[in-house]
Amino acid sequence: MRTTVTIEEVVRETPSTVTLRFRYAPTALPGQFVMIWLPGDDEVPMSLSYVEPEPLKGVTVKVMGATSRHFNQLEKGVRVGIRGPYGNHFDLTPSNILLVAGGSGAAVLAPAAEAAHRRGSKVSVALGATTANEILFRDRFARFAEEVFLSTDDGTEGRKGFVTNLLPEILSSRKFDAVWSCGPEVMMVKTLRASEEHGVPFFGSLERQMKCAINLCDACAFGPYHVCTEGPVFDGKTLASVEDFGTFKRDASGQRVRA
Amino acid sequence: MDALTVKVAGVEFRNPFLLASGIWGESGASLHRAYVAGAGGVVTKSIGREPRTGYPNPTIERLDDWGLLNAMGLPNPGIKNYAEEVRFALSKGVKVVGSVFGGTPEEFALLSVEMEKLGVGSIELNLSCPHAKGYGSEIGADPELLSEVVRAVKKAVKVPVWAKLTPNTSDPALLAAAAESAGADAISAINTVRALAIDPVGMRPVLYHGLGGLSGPAIKPIGLAFIWQAYEKVRIPLVGIGGITTPEDAFEYLLAGATLLEVGTAVADSGGTVFHTLADGLREILKERGFGNVAEAVGAAHRK
Repeated sequence: MRTTVTIEEVVRETPSTVTLRFRYAPTALPGQFVMIWLPGDDEVPMSLSYVEPEPLKGVTVKVMGATSRHFNQLEKGVRVGIRGPYGNHFDLTPSNILLVAGGSGAAVLAPAAEAAHRRGSKVSVALGATTANEILFRDRFARFAEEVFLSTDDGTEGRKGFVTNLLPEILSSRKFDAVWSCGPEVMMVKTLRASEEHGVPFFGSLERQMKCAINLCDACAFGPYHVCTEGPVFDGKTLASVEDFGTFKRDASGQRVRA
Repeated sequence: MDALTVKVAGVEFRNPFLLASGIWGESGASLHRAYVAGAGGVVTKSIGREPRTGYPNPTIERLDDWGLLNAMGLPNPGIKNYAEEVRFALSKGVKVVGSVFGGTPEEFALLSVEMEKLGVGSIELNLSCPHAKGYGSEIGADPELLSEVVRAVKKAVKVPVWAKLTPNTSDPALLAAAAESAGADAISAINTVRALAIDPVGMRPVLYHGLGGLSGPAIKPIGLAFIWQAYEKVRIPLVGIGGITTPEDAFEYLLAGATLLEVGTAVADSGGTVFHTLADGLREILKERGFGNVAEAVGAAHRK
């Protein structure tokens, strides 16, 4: 069921990313997403970047197209449509977790990491961004993470290059019992491979075309799975079993196109 | 023969419950999955000539548990791209009914020929989508246009042709009769019922397209009435669609005159487990009420 929420806080996270906070009663688990509707514009899927016990839930939006640009310009007091939460969530039981996030992928992983930390798990974080001021939630992670490893494409902060370049060293020198990842799919493919090499179970949050979000329209088909319901979080074995992972996406018509 | 096995226009289905068009049908893997979940067969998404993105979101609006409003706008990858999905499903042994939509009789015929070449066992003509300009019910609500389409397709293919009709008409029997006399091998009904949702906060329609189509339990009585009226008018088999959620719903559709049944909204809600629930439940009901098989129950309410 759709309802309307009022934006109570707008936080500029990076030049291209903004967090919108609002009061929304339905219980959400970290990893789940909502469909947010700007009346007169599009309705889009967004993973929750803040969930309970936070009094205000939140979504963190990166400017990609016209609709997210519209989101980026929203101000306090604006009302938006919302339905959900939908999908599955991260399993919080591992005791020593490595997060590997690229760009706005950190928005999906942050609430899960906080929840795991509250349960007593240790969390380390590898954060990648295009440039220093685009590193998302660095302070948020620093509050509880064992270690935060940084990388930027242009070398303005942390190691220069992709975040996946950090993995061989991190994974060989420390013991983890789970890797959680979200970001560009090529990054997740590489992260999955590195996790497998080190024998660490992998879980990744996927993004696909989203229309109904309630297991009906097949727009989010990923092999035999529906990302809206059986995802967005999949284990490494499932991801590796689907030919599309890192390679194909379906466009709005349902056509499989190179990712 | 198993009590649930049904034959329509020479094509056999292991049970009467088919995946309705538009649900899960974008990928061959999902069609296969519905079949594995227990569907007697699957109807593809309605396919056109060219890729079509459909409408922007919101494309659906959930109305508690009694209904679902949608205006997807016939998104589909076009027949050429869709071929791989149909081939995948067929290679897994899935009973596939190919659904097509067009703007002219020629377009319907061309698409049906392509579907037939891919190997589908039957074709369903979408003459009833309530929210796509120039397509669906804009053609199918006019008995003459509907007849032209059915005739053109019948001339072009050998496999059975089902005409899927719209409830958004004052005279269901008239449309059913037109489809039959044009040569249709079966009639499927109903497509969704034209409907609207308004957002009272934003003071505008919720769906991007404005008008949409209602499905789910709310429309079961409308579907039953359509099947009832069509059964009194035509001799060809009827495929009942509209709000089928429980085995009792299915039994009622059989009594009203349907031979096959399509399930849509309930598939989404159950994640596909509904097919087993429906099949097991209907088997029980038929036995309990003294029917040896599905065919014996078809139209039984008319004989009281």
